[in-house]
Amino acid sequence: MSTQESLLQVRDLRKRFNISGDFLDQLQFKGGKIVRHQEHVHAINGVNFDVSKGEALCVVGESGCGKSTVARTVMGLLKPSAGSISYKGERIDHLSDTALLPYRKKMQMIFQNPYASLNPRMTITQTLEEPVRFHNPSMSGAEVRERVKEVMYSVGIDPGWGVRYPHEFSGGQRQRISIARALTVEPEFIVADEPISALDVSIQAQVLNLMMQTQEERDLTYLFITHDLSVVEHFGTRVAVMYLGTVCELAATKTLFAEPKHPYTQALLSAIPRLEDNRPNHIKLQGEVPTPVNLPTGCVFHGRCPYANDRCRQEIPALIAQSDGSQVACHGIEEGRL
Amino acid sequence: MALLEVKNLEVTFGLRQGAVKALRDVSFSIERGERIGIVGESGAGKSVAAFSILNLISRPGYISGGEVLFEGKDLTKLSPQEMRDIRGNRIAMIFQDPMMTLNPVLTLGQQMVECLKAHRKISTAEAREVALEKLRLVHIPSPETRIDQYPHELSGGMRQRIIIAIALLLDPPLIIADEPTTALDVTIQAEIMELLLELCDSQNVGLILITHDLGVVSQVTQKAVVMYAGRVIEQGPTKEIINDAQHPYTQGLINALPQQTLPGKRLNQIPGSMPSLQKIPTGCAFHPRCEFVIEPCSRELPGFTRSGGCSVACHMVKAMKEKAAAAG
Repeated sequence: MSTQESLLQVRDLRKRFNISGDFLDQLQFKGGKIVRHQEHVHAINGVNFDVSKGEALCVVGESGCGKSTVARTVMGLLKPSAGSISYKGERIDHLSDTALLPYRKKMQMIFQNPYASLNPRMTITQTLEEPVRFHNPSMSGAEVRERVKEVMYSVGIDPGWGVRYPHEFSGGQRQRISIARALTVEPEFIVADEPISALDVSIQAQVLNLMMQTQEERDLTYLFITHDLSVVEHFGTRVAVMYLGTVCELAATKTLFAEPKHPYTQALLSAIPRLEDNRPNHIKLQGEVPTPVNLPTGCVFHGRCPYANDRCRQEIPALIAQSDGSQVACHGIEEGRL
Repeated sequence: MALLEVKNLEVTFGLRQGAVKALRDVSFSIERGERIGIVGESGAGKSVAAFSILNLISRPGYISGGEVLFEGKDLTKLSPQEMRDIRGNRIAMIFQDPMMTLNPVLTLGQQMVECLKAHRKISTAEAREVALEKLRLVHIPSPETRIDQYPHELSGGMRQRIIIAIALLLDPPLIIADEPTTALDVTIQAEIMELLLELCDSQNVGLILITHDLGVVSQVTQKAVVMYAGRVIEQGPTKEIINDAQHPYTQGLINALPQQTLPGKRLNQIPGSMPSLQKIPTGCAFHPRCEFVIEPCSRELPGFTRSGGCSVACHMVKAMKEKAAAAG
């Protein structure tokens, strides 16, 4: 598909969460018998994508579409229910914690809320030195300090501030520190889960610039999770649009914004408030996002799609490659009626 | 006479470390049926401004100066009883998080009827009829069943619609909406904004929209008020502010949006961050982050200069206007 080396491969990834509670909660009285009843949230339902070296793949979607679950499963923070995740050709989804250690050094994560993801009782230096020491036990103290200092410079944090605690910094500075923490172990691949959505507009620009600058300097690859489409347009190489646990469109950013194909992508793009608008002019969708506990049959979007037919209601569409390199999961596109 | 006129409003928080002025010299006005947006980043004082209109600032904060004239009455001088008659009845407020605003143990109908009966002499059956009518107005599907449901049975977008219906219950001439869509997804945000716009038009209601999203301001409002560190720094017609902002901070805020830069290029960032209210710089509060600093900026508080339809608090704009006037 892509000429570049593929770094991460995700194949038919599925994750469901059991929400039925403990054993006694699961018992129900039905038709004169006691039966055990279990319910699951189907957070991810068969997601496929590749991340090539040096790109920034953005995953967008509305709340509850499973984008953060994808990030956490890729990082090994959650075990997938089915499917495989490979990093440079090696499967990593079923590895034990110790076997995963070398990969942890190559894959790092940046979280949404810099107020919650930094330990309030550790100084910045302690926070930044800990991962270096842990992953490079043979490094001397001086080398560790040197490494941390270099990273602090590169993200625009004065190394002299290292003795301070997280609460002494503003949100933007804290997010810089989280980025620095991810960079100290010299990773190749960074998963960023909504890294700027807790920040103000002017600070968002600072952090995005920093992320683009480090990508260039350190040859990083990003998996960028966000709900903000205008950021995606600016930052992403390719975009995966998710809806209810499935990828409905995967395309190069330019292609996606110039010519969105999936009806959901079209609706999503039309809803972004733009400066040049005089009034809201979005495509209206009927109804609401169905619950991921009882997934609709067929295409997950059919209940809200103006173009749905019988096939959409019964058959799950697969991601099919289009002539311009994008991939769309839609029967209407496949049949040529859209 | 304007529907609401805020004049030189000042709000102080008496903290142990000393008094902090959260709002200084804030003035703006709104007519019936007009929509204005108050824009700013967190800490700019936009929510404090909205809350102080309804006198909802709680201790240690208090209104320490200025007037809030609503239909000719100064709201800051009213007794708590008189104020209660204004809140919800004459000025309604919509908050950010619909789950926090609705009472989880009462059905929607109970909450709506309670609100109506608090302000009007009306039977429960009549109140229910009014509630149903308002639910239809905000396009709630099958309102007859929804009215007997609890808030947790509704989605986030639906809850915010209910909140809007409650705000409209007593046909107030003014609605204040404090970040009404920040907790919602973009597609739902677009629906809610369209609904607000439609209702303001059809019911001839004034709207004060507090938001940090310039795109939303552009879509919904006619006038915009930009705030920074507790002060208004620029106000005027929305179109003029979006297309030709005069104040360097407003310019920075607009230029920082990703859509203003070509994909993959460096975004235009404003250096530094908003000062804390305890340490507001002397002179113009924005001067340490401003790239157009001239001599008086660090000393002297800038007054307002007219520029087109806008008024701007900036020494640089003033100097340029004077220069242009001198050159003829």
